[in-house]
Amino acid sequence: MANTVQDHGHAEDHGHDHDHKPAFFARWFMSTNHKDIGTLYLIFAIFAGMIGGAFSGMMRFELTEPGIQYLATFSHWFGVANPSFDEQLHLWNVLISAHGLIMVFFMVMPALIGGFGNWFVPLMIGAPDMAFPRMNNISFWLTVAGFCSLMASAFVPGGTGQGAGIGWTAYAPLSTSGSAGPAVDFAIFSLHLAGAASIMGAINFITTIFNMRAPGMTLHKMPLFVWSVLVTAFLLLLALPVLAAAITMLITDRNFGTTFFDAAGGGDPVLFQHLFWFFGHPEVYIMILPGFGIISQIISTHSNKPVFGYLGMAYAMVAIGVVGFVVWAHHMYTTGLSVNTKMYFTAATMVIAVPTGIKIFSWIATMWGGSLEFKSPLVWAMGFIFLFTVGGVTGVVLANGGIDDNMQDTYYVVGHFHYVLSLGAVTSLFAGFYYWFPKMSGKMHSEFLSYLHFAVFFVGVNLIFFPMHFLGLQGMPRRYPDYVEAYAHWNWVATLGYKIMAVSILIWIVNVIYAFIWGKKAADNYWGHGANTLEWTLSSPPPFHQFETLPVIDDNAHH
Amino acid sequence: MTAAALSVSRNRRVAFYAAGMALAMLALGWASVPLYRMFCQATGWGGTTMRVSEAQAATVKAVAQTISVRFDGNVDHDLPWKFGPEQVTQAVRLGERSLAIYRAKNLSDKPIVGRASFNVVPEQAGKYFTKIQCFCFTEQTLKPGEEVRMPVTYYVDPSILEDMDARDIGQITLSYSFHQDKEASRKALDRVASAR
Repeated sequence: MANTVQDHGHAEDHGHDHDHKPAFFARWFMSTNHKDIGTLYLIFAIFAGMIGGAFSGMMRFELTEPGIQYLATFSHWFGVANPSFDEQLHLWNVLISAHGLIMVFFMVMPALIGGFGNWFVPLMIGAPDMAFPRMNNISFWLTVAGFCSLMASAFVPGGTGQGAGIGWTAYAPLSTSGSAGPAVDFAIFSLHLAGAASIMGAINFITTIFNMRAPGMTLHKMPLFVWSVLVTAFLLLLALPVLAAAITMLITDRNFGTTFFDAAGGGDPVLFQHLFWFFGHPEVYIMILPGFGIISQIISTHSNKPVFGYLGMAYAMVAIGVVGFVVWAHHMYTTGLSVNTKMYFTAATMVIAVPTGIKIFSWIATMWGGSLEFKSPLVWAMGFIFLFTVGGVTGVVLANGGIDDNMQDTYYVVGHFHYVLSLGAVTSLFAGFYYWFPKMSGKMHSEFLSYLHFAVFFVGVNLIFFPMHFLGLQGMPRRYPDYVEAYAHWNWVATLGYKIMAVSILIWIVNVIYAFIWGKKAADNYWGHGANTLEWTLSSPPPFHQFETLPVIDDNAHH
Repeated sequence: MTAAALSVSRNRRVAFYAAGMALAMLALGWASVPLYRMFCQATGWGGTTMRVSEAQAATVKAVAQTISVRFDGNVDHDLPWKFGPEQVTQAVRLGERSLAIYRAKNLSDKPIVGRASFNVVPEQAGKYFTKIQCFCFTEQTLKPGEEVRMPVTYYVDPSILEDMDARDIGQITLSYSFHQDKEASRKALDRVASAR
């Protein structure tokens, strides 16, 4: 992105041993260092992702064949000795809810924003740290507390059985009069904590990016990853408080006799859906925009070219963020919207395909004629472009109000949003991981294992989710642990895909272990001259405190 | 002011504005409750019916064209009432004021306070279905075993004929659901207990 006028040797000066690292406990539990907090976020996200992934594995195993096979066993794991049939079905609802909430709030968001955002936003803009280092620490530990609250909810009564079985959407009246017991309160409190953490994180990023850029780093010279985090921070700031309001109303409806979402007292359950999706739709862009930023950095680096259409790329993200706030009711086509309302939301939703298309084509145009080096991050990034486009195309299908009347709550929808999230956002996470892991750890991973990880993962996730489109088109509904015989074949294939995907995760773990034990020491800029953002001017890993002398961005540098 | 202090105050200012945006959105989230109700009442979206005073109703002129109105009544599962319309349908002239009667009976041995929610289908008809008086405007208390007749005075606004999306509607269904107002029922029960 930005070339610095300072020479390499000068930046390395910071690498000497006057880092003054605090002792272990103070360093990791009371951390105010953006790189350490980023590392904590990444470790936390990996841990939460393993749990969320294990839940999806439990669901996939139950769905391998028609009938209920494993739910009773799973109930035992949660401490229910003799589950009734209803309690077993309730466990299914708990699993789908926990999987969704964990993956959204405790895996993708902490990894992309808390992890990579914390690590690389200050490095890329030439700042010594985040604007509010202590608030950064609070954000992290509130996220952990939120996760603990969600986990605790699985072990207390939640109505029909143990745990909160309300879906990640927590629709009333299921989440109010439909779920007695403290489990749902725990789950809602978990969202409050995670939401507060993210709002504080967003304030921190906005302040850092606006105020702490190195001299000469204008907004229009910022790396695209920083742009993506800036837009994401604004989305968080505007969307999460609405969720906080909505779930606080849920809490008062549940415990204090209000009737915001209860028709008996003059409320309206559909209002909750409006509030939820007013948050929920921007939320899906919150989960993918930082991924877009990572992919832009990687493609530019490994094409040895500046990204094609830099300004278009930056403002496409802004446009996606803005339009993302006025399309929420496309999640609610079957709640009785008028024809005109559906027409508006269909058209507005499809408009988002335009800035998204600008991004996809600009990535391809960046690679076009570039001096491509097929290093592992580029391979993952190209996988991302393909998989995200598949998810985007099915999204345009579902955007049609008329088609959605038929497709809503089928596996087609599940296939669609897993292609953009599980295959889109997660692929961008792995791409970013291989791109930056040596920078963060100072050790090179094995490129061979990275390719292998990609190949196995790619086959696995496609086998899981592509058949879901067929199942959905044939009418298989979401959110049930059982199905008719006709859907057996593709469900079996999907579970096979899950097993393959799980193997790829093992390869990834082996790769990380390999890097820490046998990995070669990473050079400052191990990807070569294509990697020209500021983090590559520092050592690998970067010094504990960097940029004590601010780097100056060359006026003539173009992105 | 030193450079460091200057940057702290700049940071605080940006953080202050950002936190202000978050608080404004939080307020908007809460404000959405009354806004949503006002929006539905103003537009008739989602089958929300209109409400006018006697004086306003007097200015509406009836036309020759008729429309059929079907009546439907439901009770919430935890309300021990019997509730339903006395007439299944009425054919009314557009703009003509009509009276429909519902009948409700308390099947329990306790006084119960109920409140009716309502809407019409097709939803496009909501903004033309106009009530002058309705038992649903207030809460209803039924003594043990008491049976009452509950009136609705309404008309269908003739301007429905000018609405492209609604003019072909041949029948409007008006539906009520009675819910128990638990708080008010508890108080009613207390009053009976203290009177004894």
